[in-house]
Amino acid sequence: MESYVPILVSALLTALIVLGLLLAARLMRHRDSPLTDREPYECGNEPESYAHDHRFSVRYYMIAVLFVIFDVETIFLFPWAVLLDKLALFGLIEMVVFLAILVAGYVFVWRRGALDWA
Amino acid sequence: MSWSWLDWLREAVGQPQFTLLFAPAAKFLVAIFAIFLLIAYLVFAERRLLGFLQVRLGPNRVGPWGLLQPIADILKLLVKEDTIPNRAVRWAYLLAPCLVVAPALVIFSVVPFGPSPTAPGAPRWYVTDLNAALVFVVALASLGIYGIILGGWASNNKFSLLGGLRSAAQMVSYEVPQGLALVGPLMLAGSLSLVGIVEGQARLGLWFAVPQIVAFFVYFVAGVAETNRNPFDLPEAESELVAGFHTEYSGVRFALFFLGEYANMIVISAIAVTVFLGGWLRPFPSVEALAFLDLVPGVAWFFLKVFAFLFLFIWFRGTFPRFRFDQLMDLGWKWLIPLSLANVLVTGLVVVLVDRGP
Repeated sequence: MESYVPILVSALLTALIVLGLLLAARLMRHRDSPLTDREPYECGNEPESYAHDHRFSVRYYMIAVLFVIFDVETIFLFPWAVLLDKLALFGLIEMVVFLAILVAGYVFVWRRGALDWA
Repeated sequence: MSWSWLDWLREAVGQPQFTLLFAPAAKFLVAIFAIFLLIAYLVFAERRLLGFLQVRLGPNRVGPWGLLQPIADILKLLVKEDTIPNRAVRWAYLLAPCLVVAPALVIFSVVPFGPSPTAPGAPRWYVTDLNAALVFVVALASLGIYGIILGGWASNNKFSLLGGLRSAAQMVSYEVPQGLALVGPLMLAGSLSLVGIVEGQARLGLWFAVPQIVAFFVYFVAGVAETNRNPFDLPEAESELVAGFHTEYSGVRFALFFLGEYANMIVISAIAVTVFLGGWLRPFPSVEALAFLDLVPGVAWFFLKVFAFLFLFIWFRGTFPRFRFDQLMDLGWKWLIPLSLANVLVTGLVVVLVDRGP
């Protein structure tokens, strides 16, 4: 576990560096001007509505769900790959079965059109 | 008087806390300082190179050959007003840029810049050698998505929201092939530690980019997409989304986003070099006739390779037109994922069937 302590140290230092940058800027920067336009940028027009008034496409949600499935699978492959030498043929066959089930799902998703954006 | 100070230092170096806490802290600070300097001049190099690629000069007025330009840029960004739009979600808006930079910087604590010591007392060229370093890198690299989508959403600007969503969808999509591409080299190295992976390449006498050329290709394409760089820079697409998720940001918070993007480019390059191009190893590590190349220290090889990748990033930006969003999704989900899955299966088969001796 000792090799993890420097990570903690690094994380703390990173936080300090970022905070230091923010502080330096706070000391150096212009005062907030009352003349600054604080409406969200919309190519110079007065915005008639705000981003949070609108809905956005459900496809982003689908992509997120698919990502979770595939990412869990990837992380499952990592320890298997490291130990493949010891697991030998049995490990390989086991993983092929696992991947086959996953690919079946992948083909299903593809044919249902979940991967098509347009 | 100075003696007591020296004695104190000598005693401190012997303490266990020193090797555990202060030595890594000092190393990390040096690494981060080097990375900051690299980023500052990477931005400058990019502007000059893009200038040359487009048959113009690029910034050449501040200092000799424009070499002081990065310093001028940093000062300018620090003194700018820090604007917060009217309807922004304040806490998220302020937090987002920090969430982009911080993970990218912490990753450098596990990157091996140079060889592990062969002689006792020789310096180790990394902050720490984590036994699960690659998982750590992948995990931290994906944390950056939070900063971008949070920044895009919190601005309450239509362009920013679209940019943030596109960016999240894109980074999430390309993370899968990127992770799968790393599985191949893992099977060859039999280790998750980045030091272990480079040592695996020394054992094999070959950079993993040779047997894992497909994985290498997939990793780098996915890496370019992960960093939102051309030709996958849809989240920022100036001409349609006016800079996307950071439209509303100004001053130091914009600088943090910028820092994060360039730090991520260096992370992608450093991991690609470590996993596929032999890290600190010289070219053709098994060819005895090239042993004179070992005169160049490992750190120099490492950074030379990283610079080559960074040059590729800039070259891409000067060369390729932007993808359309549906093309981008198709490339990630319908091409790179099957390709990297096939690579995993083939590599697994070869590793199991080929006996690599004792």
